[in-house]
Amino acid sequence: MNSSRIDQQKHSMTNDTLSSSWSLLLYINGASPKSLSAITNLQNICEEYLTGHYQVEVIDLLEQPHLAEADQIIAIPTVVRRYPQPIRKVIGDLSDTEQALNALQIKTD
Amino acid sequence: MIGLAAPQLQKCATGIEGLDQITQGGLPSGRSTLVCGGTGCGKTLFAMEFLIRGALDYGEPGVLMAFEEETPDLEVNVASLGFDLRQLVAERKLHIDQVQLGDNQMFAAGEFDLDGLFIRLGNAIDKIGAKRVVLDTVETIFTDLPDHSNLRREFRRLMIWLKQKGVTSIITGERGKVTLTRYGIEEYVSDCVIILDHRVNEQILTRRLRVLKYRGSTHGTNEYPFIIGEKGISVLPITSSGLNHIASSERISSGIPALDDMMGGQGYYLGSSILVTGTAGCGKTSTTALFIAAACLRGERCLSFLFEESPSQMIRNMRSIGIDLAAFEKQDLLRFHAIRPSMTGLEMHLAAMQNRVEEFSPHIVVIDPISSFGPLGNVIEIRAMLARLIDYLKLKGITTMLTSLTRADRALESTNEEISSLIDTWLMLRDIELNGERNRGLYVLKSRGMKHSNQIREFVLTDHGIDIKEVYVGPVGVLTGSSRLAKEAREQAEQLSAQQEIDRQQKALDRKRQALNAKIADMRASFAEDEAELTRIIQQEKAREERLRLDRLEMGLKRGSPIGPVTETKQHSPNTVAKSE
Repeated sequence: MNSSRIDQQKHSMTNDTLSSSWSLLLYINGASPKSLSAITNLQNICEEYLTGHYQVEVIDLLEQPHLAEADQIIAIPTVVRRYPQPIRKVIGDLSDTEQALNALQIKTD
Repeated sequence: MIGLAAPQLQKCATGIEGLDQITQGGLPSGRSTLVCGGTGCGKTLFAMEFLIRGALDYGEPGVLMAFEEETPDLEVNVASLGFDLRQLVAERKLHIDQVQLGDNQMFAAGEFDLDGLFIRLGNAIDKIGAKRVVLDTVETIFTDLPDHSNLRREFRRLMIWLKQKGVTSIITGERGKVTLTRYGIEEYVSDCVIILDHRVNEQILTRRLRVLKYRGSTHGTNEYPFIIGEKGISVLPITSSGLNHIASSERISSGIPALDDMMGGQGYYLGSSILVTGTAGCGKTSTTALFIAAACLRGERCLSFLFEESPSQMIRNMRSIGIDLAAFEKQDLLRFHAIRPSMTGLEMHLAAMQNRVEEFSPHIVVIDPISSFGPLGNVIEIRAMLARLIDYLKLKGITTMLTSLTRADRALESTNEEISSLIDTWLMLRDIELNGERNRGLYVLKSRGMKHSNQIREFVLTDHGIDIKEVYVGPVGVLTGSSRLAKEAREQAEQLSAQQEIDRQQKALDRKRQALNAKIADMRASFAEDEAELTRIIQQEKAREERLRLDRLEMGLKRGSPIGPVTETKQHSPNTVAKSE
């Protein structure tokens, strides 16, 4: 119940340098097509727009099912932007890059 | 697969009072039921009770996925019904998952599904071995997540998945404007649909429940009133407990000996229902008080529900006819429960009454009066409520006395509740107006299973209770009150004077007899005198004759004549004698 990764990260992130501070969690469901596509899409976006200062953790709910409740996940795939604050949740496989950039607020124009 | 007889649909008892009767066993086991209704209709509580009863009474752990209500609120709400959620959670009989969708903003980018929800729920079910699941207002996902056509698809998949899991589930939904639920999810929950509703009528809230659909099962189709009482939800099916109570042949006194006499000398049947009807001020409450007093003196417990008077008012009033109810109250043989009828709806009244009965287990219950329920519902509702109450009390073997006010402008024998069929003994108190007075008359209108008087008796409240007078039936008809008294006085006077006349005549007769006796004595005396005189004369005469005969003999002897002519001479002798005298 208390193992919420989203909250834990709040504290650890405060010591990080501001420049390297993109921290993302990706919740997937094993090797489902949407999960696989989400992994690829997120990697592509990060490489292109956040080169060098991002960190992605992939959590497979099939392996850690209790995290669904702990982290308040209902949709798959879900990306949680832990940092920069505020926390944002983006659902979907990020196949629409434009939408994904807007949702994650990577592109701020 | 080939068999024609489909296997009987398995049902999952909810443990909610009355609901399992309506649904003939409960909700469809291993399937989903949609419970929908407007805000505050009690759907969350309904679902919670399903889980809690399952965990406590049926050994079936449950999972609650709450999409709306916060856990602390939920705990408080069910704690008011006497359930301890924390305890159940600690014992792993219940798992509560608070789904927070609106906390962080949710954005969509690309395709998604609800596998997260499936995993989450599946994990919870497996963790405690849940057999029951509640998704409380799962519809909120439609508000918080984008892409409704996708969500619909996912929702449908969720229902199928739940069925595969073999859990019995309740999905709650907020009532929509056109559809049953706001997003029309009833389309996907096809096995059973229950609608909850609450209406305010004349400022009184009434909750109702209806089973709209139950695939593969018959079910009650009516709208059933239900209450959220002190012990959870209670649905009131109109047919309630049915007629299977055991009828006692034991009798108990009405507290009015003359009334007992009218019912074969023994009073009411134990465990029967007695209705006392009458117009205002005709002594209904006094009749109940005497019944209570008689029972308390036998050491029986009485529970009195007052809907028009306060207990202290009743105690004071009954003191005026010589009944000390306060003493019985002190001994805890008598308890009052006084409440204004308009305080709550019919169902709450019923629940409150049942609770009081459970607490006290009385021998006798008095409800004074049932007519005050009038404004709380229509005839059918009130009748249903009373039927349920009377059945409940009969099942417990409690003797029930109900009073009801009859309006003067209505037919005397019509009670507005039309509950005659529920009643075993019906006493009718009525005014008899005559010669400018109103007097009280009592009549046993019906009394099942016993001989009873068919007469209207006069009923008089005195400072020592109730007197029932033989009604004067004379050539001018039934007389009551002062007419009866006057008639009786006149009769008494007449009787008295008749007695005096008899006495007088008797004396006259005595006098006559004395006079007669005196006369007889007088006549006897004079007769005796006459007799003595006559005897003396006869003897003188005889003596004279003898002398004459002797004289003649002497003369004959002297003249020598035969004896014969002597007799001849003798015949004439009296004359001769008389002449000679």
